[in-house]
Amino acid sequence: MMSPEAIAPAWRSKLLLLVAALVVLVALALLPHFVGLYQVQLFTYGLIAAIAALGFNLLLGYTGLLSFGHSAFFGIGAYTVAFLVRDADIHAMELYILIGVPIAALLSALLGYICVRHTRIFFGILTLALSQVLWSLALKLFWTTGGTDGLRVPRPPLLGGMLTFTGSGAFSRFINAYYYYVLVIFALCVVLMWVIVHSPFGKALQAIRDNETRAAFLGIRIRRFRWMAFLISGTFTGLAGILWAPLNGLTTPEILYWPFSGEIVFAALLGGFRNFTGPIIGGVVFTYLKSYAVATTEYWQMLLGVVLVLLVMVLPTGIVGGLAALVRLLRGKRKQAA
Amino acid sequence: MTLLRTIDLRKQFGETRACDGINFTVQQGEFLSLVGSNGAGKTSLVNLISAHLTPDSGQILFEDKDITNTTVYQRIRAGIARSFQIVNLFDGLSVHDNVALSVFSRDRKTARVASLADHDADVYRETMEVLAQFGLLDKSTFLAGGLAQGERKLLDVAVAYALRPKLLFLDEPTSGVSTRDKTQIMDTVSSVVRAGHVTAVVIEHDMDVVFRYSDRIVMMHEGRFLADGTPEQIRANKDVANILLGAPLAG
Repeated sequence: MMSPEAIAPAWRSKLLLLVAALVVLVALALLPHFVGLYQVQLFTYGLIAAIAALGFNLLLGYTGLLSFGHSAFFGIGAYTVAFLVRDADIHAMELYILIGVPIAALLSALLGYICVRHTRIFFGILTLALSQVLWSLALKLFWTTGGTDGLRVPRPPLLGGMLTFTGSGAFSRFINAYYYYVLVIFALCVVLMWVIVHSPFGKALQAIRDNETRAAFLGIRIRRFRWMAFLISGTFTGLAGILWAPLNGLTTPEILYWPFSGEIVFAALLGGFRNFTGPIIGGVVFTYLKSYAVATTEYWQMLLGVVLVLLVMVLPTGIVGGLAALVRLLRGKRKQAA
Repeated sequence: MTLLRTIDLRKQFGETRACDGINFTVQQGEFLSLVGSNGAGKTSLVNLISAHLTPDSGQILFEDKDITNTTVYQRIRAGIARSFQIVNLFDGLSVHDNVALSVFSRDRKTARVASLADHDADVYRETMEVLAQFGLLDKSTFLAGGLAQGERKLLDVAVAYALRPKLLFLDEPTSGVSTRDKTQIMDTVSSVVRAGHVTAVVIEHDMDVVFRYSDRIVMMHEGRFLADGTPEQIRANKDVANILLGAPLAG
C-alpha cells in the first residue's frame, strides 16, 4: 500500500481541488447579486456552452477524436424540447431533461456506431456529414420543424411546477431562477465528467488517445471504448441543447449547422483541450467573446477568425494551458531565486 | 509441457517470405531467445502469434487450442502478451497509470465509468508491486513520456508483464540503450519473469545477452528456422556463427 508520506500529498492536492471548486461554486452562486440581468443571462449561456464543450472534449481531449458534428447533439436536445412543447403540450423543464437526455443518448449511440469505425480526418468528415443531414432535414421539413422560422419554446415551470413565470417581472425572475437551475446541472455535469475521466474507463480512453496499438495489446477494446466515449460526449452536448432551448426561446436549424459545431470546437480550443477545466473556461469565454464581437462589429466572424488564428499560433494550449505554463515559469524562477 | 506450437506457419510480403513454414514450439517456463539478422522474420513471427498480423496459412496452437483465427483481444485473454521493438507507451499518462491499465484490463475493470481509478486498492497495490519489481517505484508519478530510454524500455516490459500473461514476447527489450543499461534491463527482466513463472520469448540481437540469459535459442534466417538448441549447442553451431558474425563464435 501507499506509504503515509506518499498519501499525504495526494490527499492534499485533492483537498485543494475540492476547496478551489467550492470557492468557484460559491462565487458563481453569488454572481447574480453583483451583476445585471443581461450578464446573468449571458453567463447562463456560458455555462450551457461549457457543458457542451465539456462533453465534446471527452472525445477530443481524452480520446483523440475531433468531431465536427456536435451541433447534431446540441440541436437534437433543443428540438426535442421544442417538439415536446408543440406536439405533446409538455411544459416542465424536468420532463424535457428526462425525455431529451435519452433521445440525445440514442442519437449519439447511433451516430457513434457509424463514426467510430474511422479515425482522424475520416472521423471528422463523417461527423460533419451526419450533422449536415440533420441540419438539412430541419431546414427542408419545415411543416414539422418550422424551417428557418424555427420553433418557439416558452419559459417552462421549474422544479415540478414550484417555480412558474407569468405576469409582470416574469422574464427577470425566470433568468435569475434559470441561472441557478443551470448552475446546479452544470456543477453535476462537472463532477460526473471529472469522475469519468479519472475512472479506469477514462484512463483507457487516454491510453487509446496516446497509443491505439498498445492499448489494443492491453486488451482494451478500442472501437467499443470509442463508441462509449462518443455516447457520453453526445449526451452531455444534447443536455446542453435541452437547457439552451428555453433560455433562447426559439430553436432554429442554425444550431444544427456546421458553424455551430465549429463554435464548440473553438470553445474547447480557446480554453485548452488538454486539461479538464479548459473547455469549461473556453465555453464561458467564447460566449462572451462572440456576444461582444457581434455587438462591436458587423464583421464579427472575421474578428473571431483572427482570435482563432492567434490562439493556434500563440496559445496552442489555450487559456488554461497558457496560465499553467505561466505558473510553472514563475515557480521555476522563484526556485532559482531561492 | 508445450505452451505454444505453430504448424507450417507462412506469411509473405510481396516476394519476401517473412515466415516460410515455421514449426515453432515454446515449452512452459522457459526463457527463449529468438535471434537472427535483420529481416530474418523474427518480429513477423511474433506479430503472427500475437495477432498483429494474419498468417497466409498454417496453424497456431496455444495450450493445445487453435487460436489461428482469434483476435488480439482473445489472445490477450488467453494469456499472450507482448512488448514492442519501438517503445510503445502512453506518454500522456503517469508511469503508475501505464502499468495500472494492464491490471485493470486483466481484471476486466477498464469499462468502469463511475469509480475513480486510483481508489481501487487492489489494483493500486499490485501496480506498485510491479513497479517495485522493475525498479520504477520512485518514478511512479512521472509522465511516461518524461522517462529516460532505459527506463522506458523497462516500463514497456512492465506494462506487458502486469497483464500476468502465460507467454510474454519481448521484442528487442535492450535496443537503443547503453551497454551498462542493457545488463541492468536484462537482469531485471530475467529475474522478474523467472520469479513470476512466466514463459518468455525474447527477440534480441546482442549475442552476449542471448547466451547469458536464455535457456534455449532459436535462430531464424530468411523466414526459416536455422538452428534450435541450448546456448552451448548454438555456440557450437557453425551455420549460426557464419550467418551472425561471418566467423566462429567466441567460446
